[in-house]
Amino acid sequence: MFNYTFQWRQAFRALPEMLDGALVTLQIAVLSMLIGMTFAVILAVARNSASRWLRAPATAWVEVARNTPALFQIYMAHFGLGSFGIYLSPFAALLAGIAFNNAGYLSETFRGALRAIPDTQIRAGRSLGMGQAQAFRLIVMPQMLRISFLPTMNQTVWAILMTSLGVTVGMNTDLAGVTQDLNARSFRTFEFFALAAVIYYVIAKAVMLASRLAAWRMFRY
Amino acid sequence: MFDTSLTLNDVWFMLKGAGVTLAVTAFAVTGGTVLGLLFGVIRSQVRPWITLPLIFVLDIFRSVPLLIQLILANALQAIAGFQISPFVTSCIVLALYTSAYCTEIVRGAIEAVPKVTRRAARSLGMTWGQDMTQIVFPMALRVGLPSWIGLTLGVMKDSALILWLGLIELLRASQILVTRLQEPMFILLVAGAIYFALSFPIARFGAHLERRWQEND
Repeated sequence: MFNYTFQWRQAFRALPEMLDGALVTLQIAVLSMLIGMTFAVILAVARNSASRWLRAPATAWVEVARNTPALFQIYMAHFGLGSFGIYLSPFAALLAGIAFNNAGYLSETFRGALRAIPDTQIRAGRSLGMGQAQAFRLIVMPQMLRISFLPTMNQTVWAILMTSLGVTVGMNTDLAGVTQDLNARSFRTFEFFALAAVIYYVIAKAVMLASRLAAWRMFRY
Repeated sequence: MFDTSLTLNDVWFMLKGAGVTLAVTAFAVTGGTVLGLLFGVIRSQVRPWITLPLIFVLDIFRSVPLLIQLILANALQAIAGFQISPFVTSCIVLALYTSAYCTEIVRGAIEAVPKVTRRAARSLGMTWGQDMTQIVFPMALRVGLPSWIGLTLGVMKDSALILWLGLIELLRASQILVTRLQEPMFILLVAGAIYFALSFPIARFGAHLERRWQEND
């Protein structure tokens, strides 16, 4: 059945190159999370606002992000924008696609967290003389981020796994892209991708563990 | 944007791609749900340290990118000389991927049934099987079904990745049309609209179920 010799040494020799790719993967994931979280807060607030003109576009963003594949969103950024003469590099398209996706999912998380914070707290803040923005920044935001900390970290792991989609738009510097490059040169598909899978697994587990430890340390009181 | 050279034939081509997407999703979710029910019951009934290997293997399916899983499975079946078509490989990988998430849903739903309820059932003389099918299953279904609907939609969206194995599903079909017609925005919007039309109503239905069932609790 196995008429094949596995060449693991070749894969291990490429390990430094792949670890460099893993750094790029982490970089994209962290950037996409930061951008995504920023937009997610805006979207969550907009969806709770009384004005329909704020609610409608925010709802549209969230529903499109949640009801179409992440790969489709990356394709939109990479190929779709070409119709308007905007040509994004694979890096930018991947980042834009994942950030768009993250914003959609995170805004739902944040919206749920916002509901858990009683209105009376904002009113208490306002009656202490805080402005609307001040009350949101000093009272609501910290609690919202605290409630949604673990779901946000889950989304971070998702973002890390999603970065592997970059290879479909020609990304060749992240972990999946580097692996695909190595594979194209040697056709040792199984060995290289198995090693990449192990690296992804270790990163995902490390982020999960770190976030659990951080949550335990931060939310003791 | 409205004077497009997209013909009815091309739209039919995309719909056939959507058919492949739906077929893969149907096979994967069916297989994954059966496995997920099995593993979920095992995980909720058997002591954790016995099921440790199962937990570890299922965790791998959730911690490694699906694209890498597909590539690995396809390479492995080529190495082993199984001669399985990419379609079947995709279905198997997606089914295992689904089962990993479904196991968690099933376990969570079973554990949401209060212990006292189950003890009451057993003390009324019900067997373990009767307790599982007549007490636990109906109660767990309410907890688990909304998440299961979400999982099904997630698998449908993730099934776009099978294009890497050369299968012409919805997204790949639209990519082929983009290459030919050079109208990326319009064609991708059509593809997105098809995905949205498949996913959105079911997602709303799932949210509706969740809300309705919470009210009665």
